[in-house]
Amino acid sequence: MIITLFIPCFVDLMHPQVGISMVRIFEKLGHKIVVPEGAACCGQPAFNSGYWNEARTSAAKVLAQLQDAEAVVIPSGSCGAMVKNFYPELFANTPQVEAARKLAAKTHEFSSFLVNQLGVTDLGAKFPHRVTFHDGCHGLRELNNKRPPRQLLAMVRGLELVEMGAAETCCGFGGTFSTKFPEISTAMSEVKCASALETKAEYVVSCDSSCLMQIKGLVNKQQKPLKTIHLAEILAQS
Amino acid sequence: MSERDNIFARIKEALMLKAHASHGHGLPLVEEHRRVMPPVGVTIEEQLTLFANNASELKATFKFVKDVAELAAELKVLSAAEQWQRAATHTGSLAHSQTMALGLATIVTNYGYDKDELELCDVGITECDALIAQTGTVLVTSHSAGGRALSCLPSHHVVIAHRSQLVADLPEAMSLVKQRYSGNYPSMISFITGPSRTGDIERIIVLGAHGPKRLTILCLQN
Amino acid sequence: MSAPATHFKEASRRMAADLRHRRIIQTAMVKYETVRDQRKLWFQDWQGARNLAARTKFEAVNHLDQYLEQFVRLIESRGTKVHWAGNAEQGREIIFNILRAKNAKVVIKSKSMTSEEIHLNDAMVAAGYEVAESDLGEFIMQLRGEEPYHLVAPSMHLTRGEIQDTFAQKLNETTTDSPEDLTMLARRVMRRKYLQADVGITGANFAIAETGMISITENEGNARLTSALPKTMVTLVGIEKVLPRYEDLALFLPMLAVMGTGQALTCYNTQYGGPRQPGEADGPEEYHVVLLDNQRTLLLADAEQRDTLGCIRCGACLNVCPVFRNVGGHSYGTVYAGPIGSVITPHLRGLKQWKHLSDASSLCGACTETCPVKIDLHHHLLQNRRNASAPTAGKPGFFQKLAFKLFAVVANHAALWSLTTKLSRLGMKLRGLVNGSFFDPTRAWTKTRELPPIAKQSFREWLKEREL
Ligand code: SF4
Repeated sequence: MIITLFIPCFVDLMHPQVGISMVRIFEKLGHKIVVPEGAACCGQPAFNSGYWNEARTSAAKVLAQLQDAEAVVIPSGSCGAMVKNFYPELFANTPQVEAARKLAAKTHEFSSFLVNQLGVTDLGAKFPHRVTFHDGCHGLRELNNKRPPRQLLAMVRGLELVEMGAAETCCGFGGTFSTKFPEISTAMSEVKCASALETKAEYVVSCDSSCLMQIKGLVNKQQKPLKTIHLAEILAQS
Repeated sequence: MSERDNIFARIKEALMLKAHASHGHGLPLVEEHRRVMPPVGVTIEEQLTLFANNASELKATFKFVKDVAELAAELKVLSAAEQWQRAATHTGSLAHSQTMALGLATIVTNYGYDKDELELCDVGITECDALIAQTGTVLVTSHSAGGRALSCLPSHHVVIAHRSQLVADLPEAMSLVKQRYSGNYPSMISFITGPSRTGDIERIIVLGAHGPKRLTILCLQN
Repeated sequence: MSAPATHFKEASRRMAADLRHRRIIQTAMVKYETVRDQRKLWFQDWQGARNLAARTKFEAVNHLDQYLEQFVRLIESRGTKVHWAGNAEQGREIIFNILRAKNAKVVIKSKSMTSEEIHLNDAMVAAGYEVAESDLGEFIMQLRGEEPYHLVAPSMHLTRGEIQDTFAQKLNETTTDSPEDLTMLARRVMRRKYLQADVGITGANFAIAETGMISITENEGNARLTSALPKTMVTLVGIEKVLPRYEDLALFLPMLAVMGTGQALTCYNTQYGGPRQPGEADGPEEYHVVLLDNQRTLLLADAEQRDTLGCIRCGACLNVCPVFRNVGGHSYGTVYAGPIGSVITPHLRGLKQWKHLSDASSLCGACTETCPVKIDLHHHLLQNRRNASAPTAGKPGFFQKLAFKLFAVVANHAALWSLTTKLSRLGMKLRGLVNGSFFDPTRAWTKTRELPPIAKQSFREWLKEREL
């Protein structure tokens, strides 16, 4: 299969390892990878801020770039939900609505693509660490993606998953919310991290680099003993 | 135009714009309710047990009495234990005769009463319309239980029920009310589920917030 | 910034840093979640129940005129006087007229968020009436002169010690700080009021069209007594509260209890269909029902957000909301706090003044996931944001728009993006000069969090190098 990767802006710039891991994983499974030039912003920041016209400008480019893809995979529940759930709403009553629906149908978040589309759970990865998992809100509630990441983690050699009490609680990031209301965002993050720390895990794992950026930003500032890692990076370890 | 007309005009205009029904159309049938609601068992025995368990979880006292004699004895024990001085009841024949037999100063609400005196009563003894197994609820109305205050103002509410009054679930209780009073409804219908309580202070349950501190249900076997 | 926005900014900043508040609320909510989850399992199919509840409310709200008409006709037929209030002022005026006609002095109230909405208490007190809130939580808040903190649990942010102090100061009565003793003290005080009150005022949870009845849900018995003892009873109810059939209560009462407090059923669920009827032992001589619009028809006119009128005010969305849990009920500055409040307040009180509440959300969706009647809460927040940025909504955030436009062009243009990659590395270096200072553009983030570095090699750079 030819898999088109959609690598969001902040993953490209700040977490390239996530993209690289995905390339390795899919190539190992015998698929061909394409990364289209010039598609890095799904338009979510503008969309969530209420600027739907501006979001459409962004999204229209993505739509054009990805329309011929066989399958599109995104390493983020949040950007995934944007393309899968909100593009059809964003383009409602425009000529592009059909294209948006088609794209939504063939777009997948990384972990659910592996489990539900490719039927793979064991990638032969090894990661001998105690970890806890953070459910990114969009992956969990917009895409209903509770099980796939856990099915994948269950097959990683040496990995011990300890669930935290607040696994489904928001990390407090929320895009522009994190800088518009930094105090609330930080308080939410503190609640999240306190729960993660209680598990005595070495790592917080998630399918969303944006959540991890928030968690890591806080624990590093407060010098708490906790590291963060994206699920793709674990699955690429051998 | 009256304000009533204004409001109706605004409603009608608003509703010209149709909304999208995301969760299906039309009112669900009672059978549909029953498929999702808490289970109630099949036999009467199961439902009696369910009622008893629910009542005890609610910190209500539920007791079977064999017959009227045992009922009277039970009330005497309660009266002595709590040192009742004043009782209140209504003209329901069983509640009335049983209360009178206690030989206390007694208010009968249907004959008219003084609010302050009713407040001083140690017990309000009433009948009821039904017992609901699903939730451990006692269904009373202003007809079956001597008005509005009797089942709420005295600090102990004793309900005299009959085994045949047990219904399985809430929908059954509601259709019973509709059939029994069809159109001529009592002005108050109350589903009482345990004694009065509050959790307003640190979510710690305290019984007897404003209503009765104790709820006792005495159920006649036959 | 609007005055409510300034209040929210300041209050939420203060509360978010208040670790004592955080501990009290987190503990209470975790306790709530545990019992609620047990109760949900008691249902054969909780998700199925949510679907039925949503369907029923959709039917009720989208045929509001019919059901309302039926409700009024039947409740009037048993001697109830029905009044119509287009707005808050009319609502208060109607109630004042009743109080005047009855020559009332003492008024007893049971819990009613709708009465908070029209600021009835303040108005009655200002007019010289003696008003007693009978619900324990509301009573405590009344003594303290505070607004209710939470839809269902008005005093949940207080500890027993604080309540003990309040009683000591305001009632001149001392007890231990045990919840039992404090409750019994309130019981004693309130019993006198029930007996003295000339008029009892209640809220309502449902108005049943089929039988023409008001339904009130409560645990304490205070609403029961409020509607039993005074000679005149008044119920204030929003026009959206109608349910089509009596049996609908069989679904809604347990759902309300489960979501509100984690109970199977609230202690008293009582239906009132009129004043004292012939042959009845007691009850009020007069029963007045005041139906309030107060912008509800405006919400009804918004087909996209009409579902919010199905809200049963269970408070569940507040309980699960991580923003509410950190900023607390008072920061919102409005009667309806939490997600549902953030959604409807702009409709009830003006988008321009209240749009900040829709911004103050990470859009995590916990509210939508929990709502028993499936109101699409967090998407409505998103729609409010969209509506607020529409040209008709006033100043259309020019710079923000431009920024988003620019970013869209840059991020989705290969050459420009690769230039940006290089520039942002330069930017990160330059930021070192102003790190943390007022001039640091990332200050809102970096004050409490570290900023991830721009990678030495971006993903796209890695990919290019590999392909060479
Ligand atoms: S919006 Fe839903 S969850 Fe929130 S109070 Fe209303 S019914 Fe309850």
